[in-house]
Parts: sequence; C-alpha cells; structure tokens
Amino acid sequence: MLKIENLHAGVDGTDILRGLNLEVKPGEVHAIMGPNGSGKSTLGHVLAGRPGYTVTAGSATLLGQDLLQLETEERARLGLFLAFQYPVEIPGVSNMEFLKAAVDAHREQRGQAPIDAVSFMKQARETCKVVDLDPAFLKRGVNEGFSGGEKKRNELMQMILLEPRLAILDETDSGLDIDALQVVARGVNAMRSSERAFVLVTHYQRLLDYIEPDHVHVLADGRIVRSGDKSLALELEARGYAWLEDEVA
Amino acid sequence: MSQEHIDQAISREYSAGFISAIESDTLPPGLDEEVICWISHKKGEPDWLLQWRLEAYRGFRQMEEPTWAHVHYPPIDLEAVSYYSSPRSMKDGPKSLDEVDPELLATYAKLGIPLHEQEVLAGVAVDAVFDSVSVATTFRGKLAEAGVIFCPISEAVHSHPELVRKYLGTVVPRKDNYYAALNSAVFSDGSFVYIPKGVRCPMELSTYFRINEAKTGQFERTLIIADEGSHVSYLEGCTAPMRDENQLHAAVVELVALDGAQIKYSTVQNWYPGDAQGRGGIYNFVTKRGVAHRDAKISWTQVETGSAVTWKYPSCILRGDNSVGEFYSVALTNNFQQADTGTKMIHLGKNTRSTIISKGISAGASSNAYRGLVRMSPKAAGARNYTQCDSLLIGDRCAAHTFPYIESRNPSAVVEHEATTSKVSEDQLYLCQQRGLDAEKAVSMIVNGFCKEVFKELPMEFAVEAGKLLEVSLEGSVG
Repeated sequence: MLKIENLHAGVDGTDILRGLNLEVKPGEVHAIMGPNGSGKSTLGHVLAGRPGYTVTAGSATLLGQDLLQLETEERARLGLFLAFQYPVEIPGVSNMEFLKAAVDAHREQRGQAPIDAVSFMKQARETCKVVDLDPAFLKRGVNEGFSGGEKKRNELMQMILLEPRLAILDETDSGLDIDALQVVARGVNAMRSSERAFVLVTHYQRLLDYIEPDHVHVLADGRIVRSGDKSLALELEARGYAWLEDEVA
Repeated sequence: MSQEHIDQAISREYSAGFISAIESDTLPPGLDEEVICWISHKKGEPDWLLQWRLEAYRGFRQMEEPTWAHVHYPPIDLEAVSYYSSPRSMKDGPKSLDEVDPELLATYAKLGIPLHEQEVLAGVAVDAVFDSVSVATTFRGKLAEAGVIFCPISEAVHSHPELVRKYLGTVVPRKDNYYAALNSAVFSDGSFVYIPKGVRCPMELSTYFRINEAKTGQFERTLIIADEGSHVSYLEGCTAPMRDENQLHAAVVELVALDGAQIKYSTVQNWYPGDAQGRGGIYNFVTKRGVAHRDAKISWTQVETGSAVTWKYPSCILRGDNSVGEFYSVALTNNFQQADTGTKMIHLGKNTRSTIISKGISAGASSNAYRGLVRMSPKAAGARNYTQCDSLLIGDRCAAHTFPYIESRNPSAVVEHEATTSKVSEDQLYLCQQRGLDAEKAVSMIVNGFCKEVFKELPMEFAVEAGKLLEVSLEGSVG
C-alpha cells in the first residue's frame, strides 16, 4: 500500500530524513517511535505534502501512485490522512461546514454528488458520540477555543468521516489523559480493516497498550534503525533510546 | 454665467424640443452652469431644483478634491466627462445572451444566477412576457397597498415634490464635500423611498426590481425616508458584476429615520475592479449618510468587492436620544484595487449607541484602509460605541491600514475599539488541503469564516451570494 524507498527530505535544504525505507501493507498497523528530533513528524508531513518540505532523493508511492508528484489535496483525496500533532484553528468556519466540505471533496474524487446536509448532519452527530465530543462542537469554529484533548478528538472525527486508506497519526497521544487516549484507541481499533493501514507516530509506548501494532520501527537520525514486533516497544520503554543510538553509532 | 445666458440656454433647449431628442441625446463632455440647466430642463424639473443644483455647482467650484484618503490614482479630468446620457434604449442592448461577453457569463454561472436574471444584468432587451416584468407589477401593487412610495427620484420630484423638497440635501448638504457637491449639481437619477408612519414595508426593497433604472449612470442620488415607527430594508446593487464602463461614480445616499423608525441598508458593490494588471476599473466616490431621530435605528451593511478605487464612509448621525447606528462592512481588495472605507458615528443624543464591525481583506498587490470616526458630543450623555476592525492579509504584497478617529467630549460616553490583523496562515491552508480541499476553496472558506459576523447581518439569499462573490473575487489570489 505504502512504499517508501531511500527517502531523503527536509526543510530549508537540510535533510532530516536520510534514506528512510518503509513498507506498509493493507490491514497493518505500524508504530514509528524514536527520540525527539529523529524525524518522526517530518515523515508524516513529507508524505502529506506540507509546503516547505522538499524531497531530495528517493521515492514514496501510495496504492501504486507516486505520492511525491501529487498536490497536497490530491494525496488526501487518494486516501492519505494525517492527524495533526497541533491542529490549527480556523475562526468563523464552523466545524460542520468544514467537515462537509472535506467529505464532499473526497466524494467528488470518487465521482459522487455532494452528500445531502441532513444525512451528513446525522452521520456527524453519531461520530461525535464515537469520539466523545459534544455535538455542540459541530457548530463551533474549527478547533476555535478547543482544549488540546478536544482538538485531538476532532482530528479523530475527521478521520472517521473521511475513511482514509492510510491514516498517519502524528503524536495524537501526546497531552492526552488516559480517558481520551482510550477514546482515540477505540476509534482507531474500530476502523481497522483489511483495506486500511495505520502509521502511529509516537514517543511513548503507552498508546500501544491500547492499539496493538503489527510492526514497530525505531527512527533515529532520519532512518529506521530497528524494526520488530510489539515487544520492541516494550523494550524501548524499559531501556530508553540511548542504547539504540549508541548501537547505531 | 448671467441669468440671461441661463434663460437663453433654457429657451434654446425648449425650442429644440426635448421629447423628440430623448432617444439619442448625450451631452458633449464638460461641465458649466449651462450644462446643469440643460440637464434640469431635460428632466423637466421645477425651478427650485434647478436653483438647488446651481447652488451646489457654485459651491463645488470653490472646493478642492480631497487628498487625505489612502488611495492613489491619476487625476480625474471632470471636463472629459459627459454629464448627461439618456438612458440606453432597450433596442441598443444585446438581443440575446449570445451577444454578451462570455467571460461575464462565466462569472454569472459561477455565482449561480438564474438565466432570466442574467439577461437583466447583462442588459439584454426583454419582451413583455418576461418574468420579472410581471414580478415588478405585482410588487408595485403590494407596495402601493401599504402606502409605500418606491420610485425613481426623478419621478418623485414630480409626483411627491413636497417630500423631496423637504428632505433632499438635509442629511448630506449640497456642499458637504467635493463629490457630494458634484453629485448635487448633476445627479442623474436614483431611488426614492417613503414609508408612511407605523408601516412595516411588506418586502425587501431592491433596485433589481426597477429595471427601468438600469444604466442610470455615474451620479446616482437616493433618498429614503422612514416616517415615525416605520421599518424598511433596502438592498442596493446586485450581486453579479455589472460591467459598468463609466470611470467615475459619485453617488449620494441620504437616509432619514424619524422617531422610532428603522432603516436597514445593505449594499453589495462589485463594479469593475480593473484587470489583473490594474488597468481600468471604476473610481467609486460615494457619500452615504443617515440621520436617526429619537429611538430610531439605522443599520448599514456593505460588502465591497469591486471598483478600482473606493472612497466611501456610510455614516450615522445619531441625533435623537436612544437612537442606534450600526455599520457592518466587508471590504475585499485584490490585484491593484485600493479601498479607503469606513464610517462615521456622530453621537448627538443621550444614550445613543453605535456598533462598528469592519472586516478588511487584502490580496494580491492591493491596499485596504479602514477609516472611522466616532464622535461623542457634549450632550451625548451615556452614549456608547463598540468598534471592531479586523484585517486579513492574503499573500505578502498587499497592505492593510486602520485609521480610527475618536473624539469624546462627554465624560459619561464609552468608546471601545478593538483591532486585529491576521494572515491566512500556511498552517490553515495546509489543514484544509490535507483534508482534500483545493487551495482556492480553502482560502474562500477561511475568508468567509472571517466575514461571518457581517454576513449574518445580510438578508439570507444575499449572504449566500456574497459568499460566492468573495470566492469569485479571490480567484487567482493564491499561487
């Protein structure tokens, strides 16, 4: 589904990713862990096509399509979803309006007419329940005045409504209390299917107690330095990252 | 020019016979008293109105073009303007939409304007079975039943001279400013509205229904009188771009809200802004003002996306105690457009209240200035004003300016002012694009959100169209 080969990329001419390889198959959940500054968030942004990030070498394909040749919105419509670590506010644009515009953009890609407002309202309200967000949030501006936890739940809601093929969660667990963490985990687990894959970017093993990964990778200095199953995450939790960095060095 | 000359001019025109000349007459360029006499007699105006125009013209001759606004344009040669052009006959217009500029039609299509409205907007000659003619007739009947007078001001001069004479120039005096004086001297036509005591106007009044008023030209004059306890909502302009070819527009709008009356005046202005290189476009110099008597309320809502240069300050004189003034504005400039717009709230009465919400959006290489005056007179005890000016920048070549003037001469008056400037951030665009929206849709959504407080003041269907209009006006503003 997602295939990354020898990817070099970064910001302002400095490579942060330096020869990254990764293959994600449909139905899999991959966790990417690593110390601060190892390039975890950069990976998500490079794949999503954030302006300012440039790829200097390597390739990345999603569902057989060359991601790097596509515009940001085209990558999204192809089925790539990135849950942001720090979601921005868009004052005055209601969450409902934003969600519907996003869903309609995806539908248009599939040659479908815009969803009618009534059924969408119903769907959005149900999704609110899943992510444990008061439906009143649908009427508020996008992330406007939301707490950190509310913003993350709102990201989750967008993910559920957009039904991506590949979802990348960029430190979605950071700053969440245990209840919110469980909500996120429940949402992800409910969406797991043989057609869909997840990449969880995280600093801590904690999230993986609730979402069981098929593969765990350790990112250091812009490359994946070790891959394993979920036991690797437990080992990292016990020993930290330093021993790996030493090993690489 | 002596009286003798005037008389000569008058009699000459009389002898030429102006009924037969109506279809074809356009005055040669230039302005002097003779021209004004000619206009006045052409329209068959009573002598008091001719004298009123001449007095305005004499004042105008003494005045200088204002230069304080934050706009730059080459000097306007008033001698090169023709001050009377008879309304274009339907016969001269395009015969069908096939003859209309395809670019204009494409814009109409984007705005979702129904076909028959497109025909009216584009000035297509329409026959008698055309929908809106019957609409207009029913419309007039319904208004007449309520006692509402709604007609061209040139008609009101004859049919309701006492009202016109009593109120014309009472809100915007003839010599108020350079452009108002020019307008008073040469005004062509415009709307006249009178709402009788205690009457709630049964429908929104819109110039759209007065298709006979199309192409009235550069010097429109509008007078709206809401008698005691009455209500009226008036919509000016239409939401589709009118490709008006005239360079200079100097309009005057006067509102009179007598005791307890309410006037809501909404404008969507989208005259030709010039091309992407800044060539052409309308110079829009407008004086709009209302007087609110005791317990009355005047509310201006404007969405300005057109014109190359805009100079416009819809104002409220809060004369009566407890009167209320409101100003809600969205001004969008793109490419090389320049706007200097805002309001004046003059608090004279006790416990008068005013609210100013101004949203300026600058894109391209444009310049957008808010200029507002809040004056609390010594008698305005307990008066309050709240002002909020927000500027939004798109790209890095545009500019936004805020010039607030506050004069408070009453210690019990409260004036609040808030101002913000923000940019459509890359992060906001990125979020939208990551969710599948293209950049233009994303910008228009962000801008619409920014304008929400103003749009909610517009009548419902206007608000939707105003949103679409912003989208069209912003085209090409993001790389």
